[in-house]
Amino acid sequence: MSGSFSVFSRELKLAWSGGGGAALPVGFFAAAASMTPFAVGNEIGNLQIAGPGVMWIALALASLLPMERLFQADLEDGTLDAYAGSGVGMEGIALAKTLAHWIATGIPLALIAPVLWIMLQGPPDQVLFVIGAALVGSLAFFFFGSIGAALAAGLRRGGLVIALVTLPLYVPTMIFGAAALYAAAGGGDWGQPALLAGAVSLFGIATSPFAAAMALRMAID
Amino acid sequence: MSGASASSLALEVENLAAARGLRVLFEGLNLRVSSGESLELRGANGSGKSTLLRILAGLTRPHEGRVRYSGAGADDEGDAARHYLGHLDAVKPTETALEQARFWARYFGRPQDVADAAIKRVGLANRKAVPGRGLSAGQKRRLALTRLLIEPRPVWLLDEPTAALDTEGRALVMQLVAEHRAGGGMVIAAVHGEGFADSRVMDLSALKAAA
Repeated sequence: MSGSFSVFSRELKLAWSGGGGAALPVGFFAAAASMTPFAVGNEIGNLQIAGPGVMWIALALASLLPMERLFQADLEDGTLDAYAGSGVGMEGIALAKTLAHWIATGIPLALIAPVLWIMLQGPPDQVLFVIGAALVGSLAFFFFGSIGAALAAGLRRGGLVIALVTLPLYVPTMIFGAAALYAAAGGGDWGQPALLAGAVSLFGIATSPFAAAMALRMAID
Repeated sequence: MSGASASSLALEVENLAAARGLRVLFEGLNLRVSSGESLELRGANGSGKSTLLRILAGLTRPHEGRVRYSGAGADDEGDAARHYLGHLDAVKPTETALEQARFWARYFGRPQDVADAAIKRVGLANRKAVPGRGLSAGQKRRLALTRLLIEPRPVWLLDEPTAALDTEGRALVMQLVAEHRAGGGMVIAAVHGEGFADSRVMDLSALKAAA
């Protein structure tokens, strides 16, 4: 247990020490959302229709960005060999690394989400809900993404594989999360879709470390 | 240094075969190594030394056969009984040498001063504040060796432990191995050139030629 926990705190430090690991995804998220008004035009109602959906897509793609390096560096420099050769379970390593990267990148994504929400003309009284939805959604995006990251860890240019493997797994969160955002934007009841999105995230947290661990063991073999 | 608990440990290999893709590296390999022994794996490049070490470390699955660790304190797979040092040093470019040693101390649940002592022992005391990217290949190898010292474990699986090391560094490895064996530990290492004192030798190239 001390093994997984020490890996978690190391990854947190490494994520912030390497010149701001969270900067690129956060920048991507902000850029995608701020380009939207220029693309969809400023006719009355356009942003209300496109805004929440575009924001949710941007969150998913921004979460996908750090995935390529999630396990690759550890595989290349022999750290994964050292972890596995000393008998610490790969499940714990996958969970520790994914959670640390979600804290380093996913939480900053959720924290800027309200700014983008206002920019896309979402109702200001829903900003707390938007932070919560982005936290829950990015959890699912990071944990499902870790499966693709583990599968592609041994590949030179694994980004495409990660996208192909991961995007289908993003679909339930895409549907329920966006439904909740639209409900919130329209002043409706967002409770049910938000709960379903939460359930999908819990499922991802519970299962993806096992899938990622299996893929990592194959990558080491 | 591993204490008396390691004194009765044995590593047994039965009818082991390894393949990389379609190429069979070795087959029908039987082996028994006990506490206090060292075994040098020799053979041409590509003869399967690294693969055998990775199989013994539980990283690569054998094509055939099995590996069993038996004796005090070891489960069948020997997960908590061994250290594997591959030819990659697991050194992070942004962490300092001391930070990395301390990380491994936390990882193994050992106190921090053990890491400091290990850094001194491998001769990195005056380089401990240097980040990994500033270390030479030999210094990285020395940093990897600290793992062996931080957590005492009876079985050491070393893949060319003296590669990139200077004369003094090679002497250090020989010294560590001798101390480890004297304490009841076991060492299996892929070696080119100078070997360990009083060691068994297995030549994987010869094994293949005989098969």
